[in-house]
Amino acid sequence: MCGQCGCHSTSSPPQPLPLDESTPRQVLRLHQNVLAKNDHDAEHNRALFRHQLVLNVLSSPGSGKTALIQRLLRDRHLILDGASTQPEQSAVRAGVIVGDLASDRDAERLRETGVPAIQITTGNLCHLEAASVAKAAQKLDLENLNLLIIENVGNLVCPAAYDLGENQRIVLMSVTEGEDKPLKYPTMFKSAHVIVISKVDIAEAVEFSREDAHYYLTHVAPQAQIFEVSAKTGQGLSQFYAYLKQAMILQCPELTSTLAS
Amino acid sequence: MHEISLMQSALSMALELAKSKGATHIHRMTLSIGELSGVVPDALAFAFDVVSAGTLAEGAELTLETVPTLCYCPHCWQEFHPTGWVYECPRCHHITHDIRQGQALELASLEVS
Repeated sequence: MCGQCGCHSTSSPPQPLPLDESTPRQVLRLHQNVLAKNDHDAEHNRALFRHQLVLNVLSSPGSGKTALIQRLLRDRHLILDGASTQPEQSAVRAGVIVGDLASDRDAERLRETGVPAIQITTGNLCHLEAASVAKAAQKLDLENLNLLIIENVGNLVCPAAYDLGENQRIVLMSVTEGEDKPLKYPTMFKSAHVIVISKVDIAEAVEFSREDAHYYLTHVAPQAQIFEVSAKTGQGLSQFYAYLKQAMILQCPELTSTLAS
Repeated sequence: MHEISLMQSALSMALELAKSKGATHIHRMTLSIGELSGVVPDALAFAFDVVSAGTLAEGAELTLETVPTLCYCPHCWQEFHPTGWVYECPRCHHITHDIRQGQALELASLEVS
C-alpha cells in the first residue's frame, strides 16, 4: 500500500531474498521502472485533478506556448459561454502552472488575464515532474477550477518522459521551426493528444509547407488531433476551442447542466 | 539532460535494494532502455560516473541494453518491429499508434556481493 495516501498502488516492488553468503557475487533480476516514482505521483495528481481538465502544454522554447495560453485565457468565455459573456463571468474557471528554468515572467504575463498563475522555477531541471506540479497546485484553489493548464519547460526531449497527471498533452510546433520537426523529435510527437501548428499568420512569409507538415505529422503521430492557429490573429482558434469544449464536458459532466441553464 | 535525474533515480533504487540485502558492493548495473524512451545511452553512462561516485556502486560496470520498439497492427492482429519513426505495418501498410514495447526505462538487474 502507498505510504503517502493509503492508495493501493505499490511503488516498491517485492524485495528479493537475502544474499546467499556462499557465493561471492549474485545477480538480482529486478526489471523495475526507473520512472516508477514519477508515474506514481502522476496517478496521485490524476486523482487530485479529477474535477479539472488538465492540459500539459509542450514545445521547443519560443514556439508560442505562453502566447497561446494567454490568448486562450482571454478568450475563455468563447470556449463554453459565447461572445456575450465577459471572461470573468465565464463557466471556464482556469488556473495555470508554468515551468521555466529561471524568472517568473511567464506567470506575470498570464496573470494579466485575471487568472491565477503559479510559477515553478526549476533551476537547472529541463522538465516538470509530477511532484513539483502537485506542490504548485497546493497554491491554487482547485475546488473552484475546472481547467488547469500546465505550461511545461520549453524542451521537446526530456518532458516527454514525465507524466504529470494530465488528461491531454498538447504539443506546439510553430511554422518557423520547419515542417520536419516531428521526424526530429518523434518521441514527443508520438506522445501528443493534440498538435497545434502555431504562428500560422506568418506561414507564407517563412514559406511553410502545410502539405509537408501534415504529411510528417500524420505519419509520425497518427493518434493526434491537429490544429493550425495564430494566437495573434485568432485564426483557427474556434476549432481548437470547440475541441477543448468537448474535452471539458467529458471531464466535468456537471458543466452540461450549467450550460443548459 | 534529464539523464542525470533518471540515473539518480535508478541508482537510488539500486542502492536501496543492495543495502536491503546486506550487499557491500555493486559490481554491475544493467539498465534496459526502450528505443522510444527518449534517453540517450551515452548521456546515461556519463551520468552514472558522476552520481555513483562515493556510493556502493562506484566503479561498477554499467551495461545498457536497448529494447526495440514493438507495435501492433489492429488489422492484421500481429505485432511487428517498425524500421523507422513511421510505424507502418509491413503487411497491410496501416500506420499504427499501438505501441507494445520500447517506451520503458528499467533497472533490469544488479550484480552484488
